[in-house]
Amino acid sequence: MSNEPLVKVEQVSKKFCKDLRRSLRYGAQDLVREMRGLHHGGSDALRPGEFWAVDDISFELTRGECIGIVGRNGAGKSSLLKVLNGLIKPDQGRVTMRGRVAALIELGAGFNPLLTARENIYVNGQILGFSKKDLQRRFDSIVEFSGIGQFLDSPVRTFSSGMKVRLGFAIAAQLEPDVLIVDEVLAVGDIGFRIKCLNRIQELLKETAVVFVSHSMPYVGRICTKVLVLEDGRCGLLTTDVAKGIDRYYGGFGWGERQDHFGAVVGIGAIRINGVLDFGSVTVQYGSDVALEMEILPQHERRTLCARLVVWNQEQRAVLDVIGQDGELFSWQSDGRDSVLSVQLRGLTLTAGKHSVSVIVSDCATKEVLCRVDNACGFLMGQHLSSAAGLFFPGEWAVGPLAIGEDRTEESACAVVSA
Amino acid sequence: MQHLSSPDIASERQVLPTTVYSPESSLSHRGELWRAMLKDLRASASLAWRFAVRDISAQYRQTLLGILWAFLTPLLTTVTWVFLSASGVVQVGETDIPYPVYVFVGTLLWGVLVESINAPLSQVTAEKSTLAKLNFPREALIVAGIYKALFNAAIRVSIVLICLPFLGVTLKLTVILFPLVLLSLILVGTALGLLVTPIGALYSDVGKILPVLMQFAMYISPVVFAMPEQGIARLVFLLNPFSSLLITGRDLLTGSSQEYVFSFLVVNALAVPVLLIGWIGYRVAMPIVIERMSS
Repeated sequence: MSNEPLVKVEQVSKKFCKDLRRSLRYGAQDLVREMRGLHHGGSDALRPGEFWAVDDISFELTRGECIGIVGRNGAGKSSLLKVLNGLIKPDQGRVTMRGRVAALIELGAGFNPLLTARENIYVNGQILGFSKKDLQRRFDSIVEFSGIGQFLDSPVRTFSSGMKVRLGFAIAAQLEPDVLIVDEVLAVGDIGFRIKCLNRIQELLKETAVVFVSHSMPYVGRICTKVLVLEDGRCGLLTTDVAKGIDRYYGGFGWGERQDHFGAVVGIGAIRINGVLDFGSVTVQYGSDVALEMEILPQHERRTLCARLVVWNQEQRAVLDVIGQDGELFSWQSDGRDSVLSVQLRGLTLTAGKHSVSVIVSDCATKEVLCRVDNACGFLMGQHLSSAAGLFFPGEWAVGPLAIGEDRTEESACAVVSA
Repeated sequence: MQHLSSPDIASERQVLPTTVYSPESSLSHRGELWRAMLKDLRASASLAWRFAVRDISAQYRQTLLGILWAFLTPLLTTVTWVFLSASGVVQVGETDIPYPVYVFVGTLLWGVLVESINAPLSQVTAEKSTLAKLNFPREALIVAGIYKALFNAAIRVSIVLICLPFLGVTLKLTVILFPLVLLSLILVGTALGLLVTPIGALYSDVGKILPVLMQFAMYISPVVFAMPEQGIARLVFLLNPFSSLLITGRDLLTGSSQEYVFSFLVVNALAVPVLLIGWIGYRVAMPIVIERMSS
């Protein structure tokens, strides 16, 4: 029974109109058609000015599954969610939802700014579908989860947006739905609260099917069991390989431009990666080497220069800081003539996806940064294993016989194994 | 609504309610539509109460005069019209009760009607963002509007009942039927209000024209003017569905003879099917309105 899908989306499409006046006119037309008992949204053809905001999307979700819906702004995520939540009707296809559905879309919708937090808990709770009795029973845990106990009797308009989100999530977190729809609600709030929210969602996930919309790929990677990448309303990729889905999402963005900063004293010219000038065309397999060559163009007489590289992954996290073999920044004596600086990165164990490189050249004596080039070059790490980390670390593993003797007891078995 | 799991989760999970969203018009399955409407109406009762309590308590929170505002407006209108009629600027016609009482009661009743007509559209407009984000029984907004209208009507009526004896009007036993008039004003008002809500939520023209129309309607209703004795004006007043409601209400308070009871009943009987049509229209319109008004 538990394997039956709770969410079934079959070839759902939704049209939208870019022009407000036209959109309103189509709305009025739809209204008349609907009252006459006709199919929603006119015929299947697009009317002038319309486009498919959601185009032929299908997926299923059972209890315990969490689908991450990702895509750039305007890709149709919110429209799809609104159809799933029954707020708007699909123009084509069919959505079947089984069980109670709860949506965490913009927490605190329905808060009245003049009323106190206490009053708003009751209003919001009932909008979300609690009965009055349930709310009274759960009131204390809501207040405790929100952590805003001392402001319980202050009007909500004196709250910061973070506090409102806390209160909103605390109420919604008490729901125990069959299907949970979460739309980018973790973006606000401090890190402690975000972790609390994420843990709560994970806790709910045991008994719930979750639809999770986010731009934060670490969160998607952490809680989702499948990923739907939306590209202009269409399904770019639907996969249970979450890492692959995330790569696809990042792949939708360009490499960006090379950016040079403070190049007055030392300039950096062409940069080659594995001998290639072309940006982002190099794919590096796990464990293989990368060679970088940079033209250094000094505008001075003699100086001791230092260089380092920083490698960023697609989440804009710095994953490598490349220094010299001696554990210090690589330094050399510049005689003021143009030269080529080259560096070998042997046996790269970065995780899959796009990586970009920043080059930083500084004065060794004064530590002053003389030149910094962001997005100097880029390369793609090949798919190897899925990972939420930035770097693989090949450890030296071994399995041996269990040491006998000492005072090992049943309880300490775990400690012995890990020791 | 039992949105939370009961202790006996296993048995509850046996029968998961299933909801299907498809492009088909909900009007193509009449039986299901009625069932869903009644179910949502029941489910919306307590939420509507919560909305009403919220709005009423928020309404006066940032005011100095608080609840006094509920009858300050009709009081000022009364003063204005008493002045206009006493100074001879406007001929209001003969009234069988003192003119100040006539205007005071008339504007109060009119206020209840106007408020009920405005309620559905203003509720939808005020809750736009909540509507666009959360799925709750949409009927709750309408019912909340009715609750609020009832609350305001109750305050105003108690003021009237307290004031009338001092204004030289002795209350008759018929006054116990007076709440029926309030209910019928709210019924007629809500029915008309629901009818314009779908298109009004799409085009704000409706919201702009409504007060103007109601202002005009007030002048062709026995609110500040007495019922004309003859001529085309009398015909207009007679054809006006609001006239019988206002006159019956006033007569019940003052114990005058009930000349308009029949048309009062007819208007109420007609209002019921209008209300049902308006309700269906509102339900059907909400997804379309949300689609067009939200980003």
